[in-house]
Amino acid sequence: MTADYDVTAEEIEQISGVNPLRCMRCGRCSATCPAYDEMEYHPHQFVAMVERGEIDKLMESQSIYKCMSCMACIERCPRQVKPARLIEAIRLAVVRKQGGNHLCPDDVPALYDPDLPQQALVSAYRKFTK
Amino acid sequence: MQRIGVFVCHCGSNIAATVDVEAVAAAAKKVPGVVFSADYMYMCSEAGQALVKDTIKNEKLTGVVVCSCSPHMHENTFRKAASSVGMNPYMVEIANIREQCSWVHKDRELATQKAIGLMQAAVAKVQLNAPLTAGTTPVTKRALVIGGGIAGMQAALDIAEAGFDVDIVEQKPTIGGKMAQLDKTFPTLDCASCIVTPKMVEVAQNEKVHIYSYSEVTDVRGFVGNFTATIKRKARYVDEKKCTGCGLCTEKCPMRKVPDEWNMNMGKRSAVYIPFAQAIPKVATIDPRYCLHLTKGTCGICSRVCEAGAINYQAKDEFIEEKYGAIVVATGYEMIDPGAYDEYAYTQSPDVVTSLEYERLMSAAGPTGGHLVRPSDGKEPKKIVFIQCVGSREEDSCKGGKPYCSKVCCMYTAKHAILTKDHYPDTDITVFYIDVRTPGKLFDEFYRRAVEQYGVHYIKGAVGKVVPNPVTGKLEVQGADLILNEQVHIDADMVVLAAAIEPSRSARQVATMLTASMDTNGFFTEAHAKLRPVESPTAGVFLCGMAQGPKDIPETVGQAGAAAAKVIGLLVKNELTNNACVAHPDEWMCNGCSQCEKVCPYGAITYVEKEFKMPDRTKKMRRVAQVNEAVCQGCGACTVTCPSGAMDLKGFSNSEIMAEVDALCR
Amino acid sequence: MVYSYFPGCTLKNKARDLDLYGRRAAQALGVTLEEIPEWQCCGGVYPMNEDEIAVRLSSVRALNYAKENGGTLVTICSACHNVIKQVNNDMAADGTISTHANNYLKQDGIEYHGEAREIHYLELLRDEIGYDKVRAAVKNPLKGRKIGAYYGCLLLRPSNVMKMDDAEHPTIMEDLIEAMGAEKVVYAMRNECCGGYQTLEDKEVPAKRARMILENAKDNGADTVITACPLCYYNLKKQAEAEGVRVVYFTELLAQALGVKDENESAAAGDGDGAPACKCPMAAKEETK
Repeated sequence: MTADYDVTAEEIEQISGVNPLRCMRCGRCSATCPAYDEMEYHPHQFVAMVERGEIDKLMESQSIYKCMSCMACIERCPRQVKPARLIEAIRLAVVRKQGGNHLCPDDVPALYDPDLPQQALVSAYRKFTK
Repeated sequence: MQRIGVFVCHCGSNIAATVDVEAVAAAAKKVPGVVFSADYMYMCSEAGQALVKDTIKNEKLTGVVVCSCSPHMHENTFRKAASSVGMNPYMVEIANIREQCSWVHKDRELATQKAIGLMQAAVAKVQLNAPLTAGTTPVTKRALVIGGGIAGMQAALDIAEAGFDVDIVEQKPTIGGKMAQLDKTFPTLDCASCIVTPKMVEVAQNEKVHIYSYSEVTDVRGFVGNFTATIKRKARYVDEKKCTGCGLCTEKCPMRKVPDEWNMNMGKRSAVYIPFAQAIPKVATIDPRYCLHLTKGTCGICSRVCEAGAINYQAKDEFIEEKYGAIVVATGYEMIDPGAYDEYAYTQSPDVVTSLEYERLMSAAGPTGGHLVRPSDGKEPKKIVFIQCVGSREEDSCKGGKPYCSKVCCMYTAKHAILTKDHYPDTDITVFYIDVRTPGKLFDEFYRRAVEQYGVHYIKGAVGKVVPNPVTGKLEVQGADLILNEQVHIDADMVVLAAAIEPSRSARQVATMLTASMDTNGFFTEAHAKLRPVESPTAGVFLCGMAQGPKDIPETVGQAGAAAAKVIGLLVKNELTNNACVAHPDEWMCNGCSQCEKVCPYGAITYVEKEFKMPDRTKKMRRVAQVNEAVCQGCGACTVTCPSGAMDLKGFSNSEIMAEVDALCR
Repeated sequence: MVYSYFPGCTLKNKARDLDLYGRRAAQALGVTLEEIPEWQCCGGVYPMNEDEIAVRLSSVRALNYAKENGGTLVTICSACHNVIKQVNNDMAADGTISTHANNYLKQDGIEYHGEAREIHYLELLRDEIGYDKVRAAVKNPLKGRKIGAYYGCLLLRPSNVMKMDDAEHPTIMEDLIEAMGAEKVVYAMRNECCGGYQTLEDKEVPAKRARMILENAKDNGADTVITACPLCYYNLKKQAEAEGVRVVYFTELLAQALGVKDENESAAAGDGDGAPACKCPMAAKEETK
């Protein structure tokens, strides 16, 4: 995979409204994250890696699709860092690229379940495609 | 005509780099009334002061202008120097050409012009200055200490040691404070009771110390050296003088379901109670919220069993007034209610406790007699998780968290871990921390002992959720281990929350009464963070203990001693020199309107009826303003309010200030 | 009392019960929910980033309609509530988002700065109608039922914007449970995520989450868990039988307590039977590309 996404940490910070320097490394976000086990990089690492400018690694990781947007990390962060917003910003940077959609319409029939509420599809589309 | 000397300081390069000091000195020579001018490298140095003094003598100066730094820095220095050679100190004026000129400008030419202007204004003022003499007021040789914890007790004992009378006002029925509730103290692990109860006895036995327990200060008037405080002695319904502390009433009281605040509400007490065995004063108190006689008019058992006849259901709150020269604020702290952080399940499980509750569970005088058991089922916990920084180090918190570090939690948690392991070696203990902060003598060694000798697991990370499982009785703790980069799950028997420290809830009211300032977190602010750490900016008010900020016991005791030294330094004086720059009315111009009386923030102005001899030789009674020079702080509010221009401020008279303005506008 | 009402797409399809019983219960309590015309899907999830303007517009349109029609917009679906309330906050408090959004909406003659109020149906019950009135209107008290409230994430977080209740110690649903005559069951997992939309890609994650939630509710004595979110309902319902806990929409239980639910009535589409599988409009759009 190419390592150059042309996205800078500054852009991620700007569109997410997150300042990683506010983080005091307590780990409350990762302690509360329900998707922790599914992730390669965990919420606290998103914050630290954006601070260090390691955006490409995050963009290449499947972790960006594992966040459930439950906002527990936002609610419980003692420094108002809002890690979920960073994850969302990086995911957006990926799906906004040509061919960057994570979910293709062709995939849907296989994933579909007649009981599935519209809300699930809409949400997944909003999160995974552009 | 005044003979004025102008002395221009270089302040090294601080002034001289931006202001042409020689030009300022040269310009001074041309100002009418100036008979001498000079510039010098450091005017505040011995040699610089000698230059000022010698010139005053040799040139027979009547006034001095020093062009230098802020008057805050060295006005006193030069006034003392002038005074030592016989000049009235109030004939010295400072022109601030550093903070208000050289430090804030870049253009040398303009800065020099401004410095000359400031010099001219100061000379214009000195032209009109008159010698002032400050009055004095006597000092009341008695101190008031608000709060009877370890801080207040230590301050009181140290003040009494110097021979002054001290009153301690404590809102609880006993002195001793939070320290008396602790089990052991870090890092030496000596028993808190064993060191604090003798201190309490010492206070009680000291003839110079008087304890007002179960009392509150409700009003303070006056000023440094001359405060008058009103103390509310809450109705105890037990006569302190008659009660022998035998405890029979507490045994016979049928109302036994009162939450015991002494045990952090984990135990029960009776409605008539003595908080604990070593309480001082050792007298009973009836809790009017629970007493069956006071709430329903029934019972009356305590009154019947009391052989001393000390019970008095008719007791009322009493108010007494006392005069003091100095006041020590030692109002202490509380722990926040961690209920707002219910992801830790504090409101959901009795086995999630605060550190102070854990302290009581460890204490031999606690609700379990020192046997560490779970509040839910009375079983010994085998696995305990400690969570640090609950509500501390929070920014923009909507949960009422604190932005500061509570300072003592890292150490007391290490203490809890060590003590638990000492008594119950097979207990598994995990501490979740953000940082372990152990600056202090033998502190880090103590923490390392917990890890290396006792095998306490310290995990760098936080807890996100505690789920009480009612079937297994376990507390399912989910946390993050940032070193291993893993989410960890621990089935704990108990969870202990190091909840943030906050100022006592009574502190705000005390601050308002004393006009003592507080910071945004509600801690009392000191007059200078570095150089006057135990003084409040309000003269005569001193600070010690947690009221000023989170700190441990040795720091508190040290600070209490320092506050006491400051109080003693004040009380040994027979009289205090007043501010010489006080307001004074021209009684002939005063029309008796009372406007000045209304605006005076210090209550220094009163009105009197006075007989005046009129020009036509008749006598007339007129109502005129009087200023209490001991109380006046020289703020000038009255002078600008006075509609007839009768009120003026010595040292800053209207004509002096107008002369300065004129000089600047010339 | 008449309120503007935003049902949202799921309540028109898979979660018809949530909508139907909500309206009926409201009617029984003297409140009419007037569905706003031509509403559009809220998007399901709140766009957390500052530069996503277009996806906020449907919420703004709905809010603007409410502004001109009574001033208050009621939602029942947790997701719609979360999205619209947060967008409303953006429009009032975030100058950049508000300016950009208003630039888009100029062509529709809309200018909106957060003037309307967005409330969830639970807030309607608690703050507008009042639980005392609800309690008085209960005809079939749910005596003996032990009910746990499942809040999930969207009703409460982020609490500084949602302001419905204490995010860690909420009581709004528990108080309703008591008002309906049932016994409330407080359990720690009530505000932990069910796995949400992850269910589309990986069934095991929400299955695990739902089991943890239901087990915790059951261990605390709950026989039933109520929710306001169709997606939570879906994720929980899949595990409900295995865990032995009933999962129902809170409006259905309310309608039952108020005596406006016909017990023989076939549930519209709440359990997924009956209604045809509906294609999501966004999916359809993607397919035609």
